[in-house]
Amino acid sequence: MFRHEWIEKNAILLLVLTLLTVAIGGIVEIIPLFTIETTVEHVVGMRPYTPLELMGRGIYIREGCYLCHSQQIRALKDEVERYGHFSLAAESMYDHPFQWGSKRIGPDLARVGGKYSSDWHYAHLTNPQELVPESLMPKYRFMATTPLDFDHVAEHLRTNRFVGVPYSDEQIAHAKEDLLTQADPTADAEALMKRYPKAVVVPGSTKGPTEMDALVAYLQMLGTLVDFANTSAEKLQQ
Amino acid sequence: MAEPMQVPIQYNEAVVRKFVIAGVFWAVVAFLVGVYIAAELAWPEANLGFSFVNFGRLRPVHTSGAIFAFGGSILLGTSFYVVQRTCRARLFGGEALADFVFWGYQFFIVMAALSYVMGYSQGQEYAEPEWHLDLWLTVVWVIYAVIFVGTLLKREEPHIYVANWFYLAFILTIAVLHLVNNAAIPISMYSAKSYSVYSGVQSALIQWWYGHNAVGFFLTAGFLGMMYYFIPKQADRPIYSYRLSVVHFWSLVFMYIWAGPHHLHYTSLPDWTQTLGMVFSLMLWMPSWGGMINGLMTLSGAWDKLRTNPALRFSVTAVGFYGMSTFEGPVLSIRDVNALAHYTDWVVGHVHSGTLGWNAFISFGAIYYLVPALWKRSGLYSTRLVAWHYWISTLGIVLYISSMWVAGIMQGLMWRAYDAFGFLQYSFAESVNAVHPYYVIRWMGGVMFFVGALIMVYNLVMTVRSPSTNLSASDAGQFGPAGAVVAGE
Repeated sequence: MFRHEWIEKNAILLLVLTLLTVAIGGIVEIIPLFTIETTVEHVVGMRPYTPLELMGRGIYIREGCYLCHSQQIRALKDEVERYGHFSLAAESMYDHPFQWGSKRIGPDLARVGGKYSSDWHYAHLTNPQELVPESLMPKYRFMATTPLDFDHVAEHLRTNRFVGVPYSDEQIAHAKEDLLTQADPTADAEALMKRYPKAVVVPGSTKGPTEMDALVAYLQMLGTLVDFANTSAEKLQQ
Repeated sequence: MAEPMQVPIQYNEAVVRKFVIAGVFWAVVAFLVGVYIAAELAWPEANLGFSFVNFGRLRPVHTSGAIFAFGGSILLGTSFYVVQRTCRARLFGGEALADFVFWGYQFFIVMAALSYVMGYSQGQEYAEPEWHLDLWLTVVWVIYAVIFVGTLLKREEPHIYVANWFYLAFILTIAVLHLVNNAAIPISMYSAKSYSVYSGVQSALIQWWYGHNAVGFFLTAGFLGMMYYFIPKQADRPIYSYRLSVVHFWSLVFMYIWAGPHHLHYTSLPDWTQTLGMVFSLMLWMPSWGGMINGLMTLSGAWDKLRTNPALRFSVTAVGFYGMSTFEGPVLSIRDVNALAHYTDWVVGHVHSGTLGWNAFISFGAIYYLVPALWKRSGLYSTRLVAWHYWISTLGIVLYISSMWVAGIMQGLMWRAYDAFGFLQYSFAESVNAVHPYYVIRWMGGVMFFVGALIMVYNLVMTVRSPSTNLSASDAGQFGPAGAVVAGE
């Protein structure tokens, strides 16, 4: 008959059995998410981040925005009314890693894109309490004066492609140019818009793109890509 | 059990002393940062408009500082202490290897904290360090595992004591979680910036599989290892039930891993995964309480010791908090409860009833036991100060968690409230305004907990500075391994 004593007297057996016991749950829950085809919905409109948005997302992560803001509208009546259509898995499929967050010290940002003007975002990031007196958000004035470091933006795109984001050779080749175009309202944005539909050109400044330009470009895109008019409820079933 | 000690084994206590000093130091740092960021939430001017001290950059310093620096140092230190004594064997690999784990781990902590304030982060909660630090931690952790398993293998005791099962599960599982969750590709070998190999929904589940099992194996299994050594030691009683420890060990280790999806209810994670996570979270209540019962019942016949030994009060209260938060956890994992509680401060309160009430208190109990033992003092400088520490901290926790309950439930209710016309009744900003008083109370609770820790530091320093007594260096042999516990039943 089995005796637990055998395990207690054999360190290697204890080690192996513990590892096996621990492995089961993870395998059962994680592997199917990669293999079940409907886990990520097939929707129209999703595209990789523009170079400026991607750099803005980097700043979002750097400043720990995800610690106070979620990017995940749950399928609950009040959330949908407050923030918009519930979030789809497809909407974060190019997010390495996800930024759904776990706490709302501030409101959800999954669909903040287009909700406010870019000017509002500049003013709000600079001094949140001026626009929302109750706000607990730190002032990010320094971003408006910090030039964006984008020397390696092409490497950022290339690394994203390596982990699965479908950036084309063309998009990588034009990364720097697209980045500058999106932060310059006087530039011809036609090629940028073709490569990245719905990209929002931010006001920028004559001194070149700042960190705030990148962050605002990112915020203005959030939740705007999926074409919900051409999406039926059946298509969203996982 | 009557095995005479012929030659006292010279245990490696130097490395344990270092870990205890580091753990106490990091406790003070982590609590201080926690108090500061709590102040930032109560009075946002405290962010100073200066990137280094912004909430978003300091919160990872607080969480990593509390969990990995304070908790980790105490876990690694006590595991080295416990494994040597319960195996009656000196640490495998010699002093140099153990010292490498100590300094390597401290280096990781310092670099991680610096990197957060400087703006390097992977953007994954509790897994913020970037890829180069993750690789370094992997090296340190593998060597730690080699020392621990090596010591188990050269043990003189036939049985592996139950505390070591939990420590082993902690070491192994953390290694697996760390490797899988941090898989990332740097943009170049010379850049700290990397991109996770996972995205979106898979990234979310892997992160919370990691995150919840950091709770399950770092903050639970590892600390249960501490409980299984220090409570019997302090109470001078054998573990209540050997059978219960077997059953709850395997069920805990098996079930915890499944619980992660309860962090993602009603999200874009497929429903089947959410349901699975919820069911296992509910079942997890039982093995968790198995541990609590085993810890508390060990006191039977020795409850009077609580009157005379305030350090034991910490350990026992810790188990009480463990029981409470492992009941609250399954409740919060129920989808309908979670619909209200998720994204609110209720979760923050829940976490702190676990981390302050369980992890910190069981650590304080162990530290108060260890310092006189390691520095060969007859006892603590002052048991009155321990009592002060105990009551101030306990009151601090009560303020913290009760204010967060009120704030969290209020947020949840305000966000979903409708007015008579069927419109949402409150703007988000109104809910922010409403919780302000509770954020002030939470801050006060944090300050009290911090003051308690300062009292502990003073008491420990005075203990070490008091004259040395010639305590018998080794108490191994008095303490039975699992087998001896059976005999004691």
